[in-house]
Order: sequence, then C-alpha cells, then structure tokens
Amino acid sequence: MSDETILKVRNLSVDFPIQKSVVHAVKNVSFDLKRGETLCVVGESGSGKSVTARAILQLVAKPGAINGGQILLDTGSGEVDIVKLGSRGLAIREVRGRRIAMIFQEPMTSLSPVHTIGHQIIETILLHEKVSKEEARKRAAALLGRVRIPEPEKALDRYSFEFSGGMRQRAMIAMALSCNPEILIADEPTTALDVTTQAEILSLIRELQRDRGMAVLFITHDMGVVAQIADRVMVMFRGEKVEEAGVFDLFERPQQAYTRALLGSVLKLETPAPRPPRPTAEKPIAKIENLELHFPLNAGFMGRPTNYLKAIDGVSLTINQGETVGVVGESGSGKTTLGRTLLRVYDPTGGQVMYWPSNGEPVDIATLNKAGMKSLYGEVRMVFQDPHSSLNPRMTIYQTISEPLRTNTDMTERQMMDRVSELLSRVGLPPDIGDRYPHAFSGGQRQRISIARAVAVRPRLIIADEPTSALDVSLRHQVLDLMRDLQNEYGLSYLFISHDISVIRYFCDRVAVMKNGKIVEVGDVVQICEQPQHEYTQSLIGAVPRPDPRLRADAPQ
Amino acid sequence: MSAPFDTAKDADLLDQQVHAGSLVAASQWTLIWHKFSRHRLAMVALVVVVLIYLVAAFAEFLAPYDPGKFDPRHTFAPPQQIHLFLTDEEGTRFAPHVLGFKSQVDPKSFRRLFQPDPEKVIPIGFFVEGQPYKFWGIWDANRHFLGPMDKADPFFLIGGDRLGRDLLSRTIHGTRISMSIGLVGVTLSLIIGLILGGISGYRGGLIDRVIQRVIEFIRSVPTIPLWLGLAAAMPKDWPPLQIYFAILIILSLIGWTEIARVVRGRFLSLRREDFVIAARLDGVSEFRLIMRHMMPSLYSHIIAAITLAIPNMILAETALSFLGLGLQPPIVSWGVLLQDAQNLRAITQAPWLFVPGICVVVAVLALNFLGDGVRDAADPYAK
Repeated sequence: MSDETILKVRNLSVDFPIQKSVVHAVKNVSFDLKRGETLCVVGESGSGKSVTARAILQLVAKPGAINGGQILLDTGSGEVDIVKLGSRGLAIREVRGRRIAMIFQEPMTSLSPVHTIGHQIIETILLHEKVSKEEARKRAAALLGRVRIPEPEKALDRYSFEFSGGMRQRAMIAMALSCNPEILIADEPTTALDVTTQAEILSLIRELQRDRGMAVLFITHDMGVVAQIADRVMVMFRGEKVEEAGVFDLFERPQQAYTRALLGSVLKLETPAPRPPRPTAEKPIAKIENLELHFPLNAGFMGRPTNYLKAIDGVSLTINQGETVGVVGESGSGKTTLGRTLLRVYDPTGGQVMYWPSNGEPVDIATLNKAGMKSLYGEVRMVFQDPHSSLNPRMTIYQTISEPLRTNTDMTERQMMDRVSELLSRVGLPPDIGDRYPHAFSGGQRQRISIARAVAVRPRLIIADEPTSALDVSLRHQVLDLMRDLQNEYGLSYLFISHDISVIRYFCDRVAVMKNGKIVEVGDVVQICEQPQHEYTQSLIGAVPRPDPRLRADAPQ
Repeated sequence: MSAPFDTAKDADLLDQQVHAGSLVAASQWTLIWHKFSRHRLAMVALVVVVLIYLVAAFAEFLAPYDPGKFDPRHTFAPPQQIHLFLTDEEGTRFAPHVLGFKSQVDPKSFRRLFQPDPEKVIPIGFFVEGQPYKFWGIWDANRHFLGPMDKADPFFLIGGDRLGRDLLSRTIHGTRISMSIGLVGVTLSLIIGLILGGISGYRGGLIDRVIQRVIEFIRSVPTIPLWLGLAAAMPKDWPPLQIYFAILIILSLIGWTEIARVVRGRFLSLRREDFVIAARLDGVSEFRLIMRHMMPSLYSHIIAAITLAIPNMILAETALSFLGLGLQPPIVSWGVLLQDAQNLRAITQAPWLFVPGICVVVAVLALNFLGDGVRDAADPYAK
C-alpha cells in the first residue's frame, strides 16, 4: 500500500435549500484518499455520507449544491479541483468514469433494461477510449469474466432483467471498471443484496482493488461490512465528520462518544439478550402443519394450471406460549408470505394452522370463515416491516392506534383516548402526540407507533415482519428491547421474521431457516448460530459480516 | 450513469423539513397547499378560474344589459372605446365616456356603416341604474356594475351582434351556463365514475372485467356522432331548461369513464398498501375500510380528475351548441354565441363575435393548468 494521496477533500460543504431554510447536508468535511486503500464512510441515515460521495463526482441532486471547499484530484500532472469543474462539461466527464467510477445501491435501476449488458459496457469503453468496436467487445467480455460472471461472451448479449441482483451488481462493477478508474466510489453496493451475495461482492471488490491498486471509497451503514473490508474508516454524523481512524484502532479504541455509541449498539446485537429459561412443558399457541401456498403460473390447457409458484411449500412449525420463534431466510424464501398467510392475507392452498384461542377450542386458521377470523384479529396481530407505509398518512396517530380498539372492544371515546396516551407512553413516546400525523415522526418513532397499535388490544401472538430492517442500527436494539419488555408484561408470543441473523440471535428463542418456501432447519437459536447442521444454514451464517476486524484474514496478530 | 436517487433525496428533504418544525402537526391539506402554492402557473390559473366563476355567479349585476335586449338601429355595432377625459368649452376634465354612433347605409351593399360621433357623448359610470332584473331569480334590482348613465344610450364595449344585442352582456351570461355545465356535468360523471370505478377496483375479478370492457366500448364510440344522435333524439318542443339538463346527462354519460379509470387505478394500488392490510387486520369492516381508510387517499386525486374533466365538458357543450344541436336560444352559452360566428360575413365584418371563443380558450387553459397543479400536489407523501 503506497502512501501517495490521490484525492484530497478539504472543507467540503453541501447545502440543500428548502423553502426559507437551508439544510447543511455536509458540513466542512475534510479527508484524504490514498492510492490502493479502502476508506469506508460509515454513518446512519441522514449523516451525509452518500451526499459526500456524490459531491466528489458532482452528482449532487438538485436543489443541493456544493457550497464551499475543495476536492483535489491528483491526475499525475498536477491537481484538479473538481469543485471548480462544475457539474457539466467535458472536464467533469473526463473525470467521471475515466478516473473516478461509481457503483450504486440498486443495481436494477442503475442498468438500462432496454439495452444489453454488453451494449452498455461497450458504449462506456467507446465513449472514453479510441478503440475499435471489436476490441471494445473483447475487453467487455474480459471484464465480465473478471467479475466472475459465467460465460461472459454470452452474457454480453443478455439484458439486465435476465440477471439476478448479485449478477447485476457484478455487471455494474464491470462497467465501472471498464476504463480502469483510479478511484472507485461504492455507495452501499451490497445493501439491496442478500447476505450470501453480499459476501461474494465484497470479496470481489477487495480482490479487484488489490489487483489494480485502485482506491476505494466505500459508503455503508453496516459496521460488519466496515470491519471486513476497510483500511481506514471515517464516521459521519449529521453531516459532520466525527472521527477518522484505521479500522483496527477504530474498533478497539473509538475516540468519540458517537462512535462508541454506534459500535455499542452494533455489539449489543452480537450477544443474545438475557432470556428467562423456557418451561419444560411447552404449551403451544399455534401449530403450523404442512402449510402450502401455491400460485398458478400459467392458465394451461382448459384453464388448468400446469405449473405453480410454490411460495410456501409444506411448512411445519410450532409456536409455544410466551416463546419467540424466528424465521430467517434470504429474499424470496417465502418468510414474509408465511407470516401473512398465518393471518389469511393470502389464503393457503393446503395444510392447516391450529391456533389455541384464550378461551375455547383450538381452531384451524387455514380454513376458518370470515366471522371466525374477525374474532382472532384482536388476539393475533401483525407488525410490518416498513413503518412509512404501514401507517395511513391521512390518519392521526390517535385514529390509527384507536382503530383496533374501536373494532375489537366497546370502549367509549374517552376510554380510548386514555388507553392511547397510556400506550404511547408505554412505547416511549410523549402521550400527547395523538393529534399529529405520521409524517411528523422518524422511522424509529413510527415503528413504536406500529407496535402500540399491535399491542393496543392485548394480543397473545404477534407476527413481526422484519420490524427492525428499515431502522438504523442504533434504533434496532431499542425497538427489540421494547418488544421484549412488552412480551414479559403481556405474556406475548412472537413469530419474528427477519433476514438479519444478528437480530434473530439477539431476540429469539428458537429459529427456523427458510429457503425456497421450505424450512431447512429448526432449532434453538444458539445451536443454529453456533453449530448449524444444514449446508444452507452454514453458508448463511458464514456469510454474515461480523463487526470485528480481527476476524479478517489479513488482521495483524 | 443516471442517478436513481433524486426522488429518495426529495423524500429525505421533506422529512428534514418536517423535523425542522414548521410542518410537524400539519394535516394533509396543509401539505397539499404547501406544494400547490409553489406551482406558479397553477396559482395564476387558480386566480383566473375563481374570477371566471365570480363572473358566472354575478352575471346579472356585471352585465350592462339583459342578454335578450335588442336594438335594431345598432346591428353589428363595433366596439366602443372608453375615453377617460372629456374636452369641451369648459376645458378638460375627468369624465369617463364613450362616443355614440353616426350611422349611414352603404348604397351599394346596403351595409350599415358606423362611425364614432364626437358630438354624442355618452357618460358612463359604475353602479349605474339600468334595466331592472331579478338577481339569482330572487331579488329585484336595477344596479349594474358598469353602464351608461342614461340607460337609453347605446353601450357596446365589445360590439353588438346581428340583432344589435350587446355581446359583452351575452358573453357574461353565457359564462354562467357554460361554466355550470362543466361543474354539474362533472358532478354527475363523478357519482357514476366513483361508484363503478370503486367497485371495479376493489372487487376485481369478473365484475372488474365487465366494467372495464364497457368503459372501453363507450370510449371507442366516436363522440361527435354519438352526441349528435342523442341530441337529435331530443324532442324539439322541450323547454330550454329541460334541454339543458338533457345535454348535461348526455355529456356525463361519456365523461364518467375517465374518472372511473382513475378511481379504479387508485383502488387497485391502495388495496395492496401495507396500511390498508393493517386496517384489515385490525378487524375493520369492509365499508369502514373503504370509506375511512381508502377514500381519504383518493380525495386529492378526485379533485385533480374533476378539474381536468371540466374543460372537456365545456368543450363538448361548445361543440354541440356550435353545431346547433346543443342548447337552444334563448339560453345563452359560449357555444350558442359562437353560432353567430359561423359565416364568412362575421369574420370580415364583425370579428368581435369571436370573443366567446377566446373565453372558451382562456377558461379551458386555466382549468387545465389548475388541474395539473392539483395533480402534482395531490399526494404530498409521494416518493
């Protein structure tokens, strides 16, 4: 690793004027990027990390504008100030792609769906270099081979929608590398990917960087990823640089309070929360047996479908009273569908779901009629993944939380008002916010409101569908701890759906691993995390980036 | 490399703005107004539309004359110019007036030619006494906003028509009919469209397919021949008011399809929203789910659809009446007025007969711009 600095950012400020005020997205940030190193910029949402990255390529979205500072790029023949180049014109285009390339979070929207992958890469090469078409095609194929896309010659003529998310991101990287850039800016390139795919992409980036001696500016919110790939780390908070240090120093000796808090909330999720021991004689609350949900894929001959999408393919799982059962799986594994089928958002095509209500005989939810389901809505509740879409933007907080009370109990308006304020303070919000609308709250607050709505009617089972995935890491354990407290208080059972092993390990008693609509392994959460038996579970657990740089292959002893 | 992040950034900005304080407790209408008021063209259009509807509301008062008052001595009288100052033997003083006409008949063409006559000074003023009228058909009144001091004097600000009727008065009265056709017609369309579109989008399945095919069928029928047919089927001896309502119904029978489609589309997408599923899992009844949870998300879209549908109604009425198959005199609408501008003689001798056409263009443009603005602002939470 040479010490030669290729990019110097000095006192960079980016402002977004809105109405009469100005939001300072990036305030006075300075840092250096050296040749051949990986600098991770880490921070929570709104920290200005992405804006910083985009400012370097003059890609700040309007009405935002760079409002001061310098971005000095070493071109080999003197320094160029990118700030002075402006956002259009030949000079900045010469920098973009050629010297500095960028890859984005969402590979689906960054690639054009109407041109072949090859066409897009060849176009980039021809744009920046004077080579023949055949030569460009050869180079494009070599690039695709380099990013380990199988059969690169054929892949050139395919469209982006024929590729999986990981493949698309590889193609994106190939395109970014097509003109041998000296700096690669990666803006959360793995956030939209599954954890096993993420591991592959990370190792690919690291490998390419070593081969080519590229400098990489890697933007992420995931401390695990930082620990895996960073040489140095810059922590940002609300547009300001908090701390900059080598990766080992930062994890072992964080200097600033914010960094310590951030690391603390990450590490807290690394160890399971203390749990009371399970009783020896378990009483089930819900028992899923051979549940199936098949969607017909084509009408076939005489309207009889010949092929099915098996979203849930024979799932059996028991949830005991007071227990937290996790369901973990990658996207498309059917875990969300499973949660929704339990409440008959989708009607299952086979199997049964026995449920033991608080009073009365067990019922089969899979075949229950409308009136029967209605009586269960007060006992079995759901918490959604995205707190932005699960709260009606046109209803006040009071209206939203009181809705289940209105339909499931016969409380008076007065009683409901008292109950809602009580619930709000219970989930850690001010009790007098009932007349506000959801847009006035942050993601974490909205998720608390969703939880208040779920527990308003004293439920017995809550199906929590990725309740922490949309939240920043510092908020995750807070929400989980709240859910844990409510569990102890009300004797709740949870079916906890997540793609994130760390929250499962922190929160759950038992865990089921799903793949392609089937459960491949069920067991105690510690056992699954420490000694996974199934091959798929092993690869899943192994791919999770741990927030500990000492686990890296190149860690100093 | 195109940027996939612009819209996300906007949402972030709204968030930050909200947390900055000003909009914390704002309701959705405040947010919509907030967004709408930044759309300059739409704001101008809003002012124009409000003015037009004010003219429609106070037509009797604003018009100098009754629309039916005719004056055979002043057929095709040209527009008069308003003079603010009068100069005579007593000097120059402020006295708004128009000049009367010297008329003579061209011996060759038998056309009546008008010249302003400086001798005939017709003083004009605001709130003058004029022809008596019944305001909104209820109150007796005789004050007019602007007119000649002596009601017997000729006063043609934008000219007269072939019977010597004041075009300004007729255009003002026409505003009421034309603009109300749009509003009432759209209300009718809205009721049909909301019900059928709502059922179609919420229920889905067979009933959705049937309604959609019906909509496609109606839209595939060429509109002018269809209107002509329907209008021709109307008995000739119906009173004008009855014809007015018949025309309304004919127009809305086609107009509802557009609104039904908008409503269906919104229902289809709303049905899958998390917050609607969440409400369903709260045990909310179907009726309450639609009225309380889904409808409020539709209001703003419906308002946008209405503002964009009104101009179509106005144009349709104008076209029908222009062809002589819509409203019949003595009812005055812009389309009826434009009938006079059908022949060559009007173009060469009395170009002012096109003024109602200008009104149509202004009203339709203003409503379209307004509709655009409302549509953009309709969903303040749009990402």
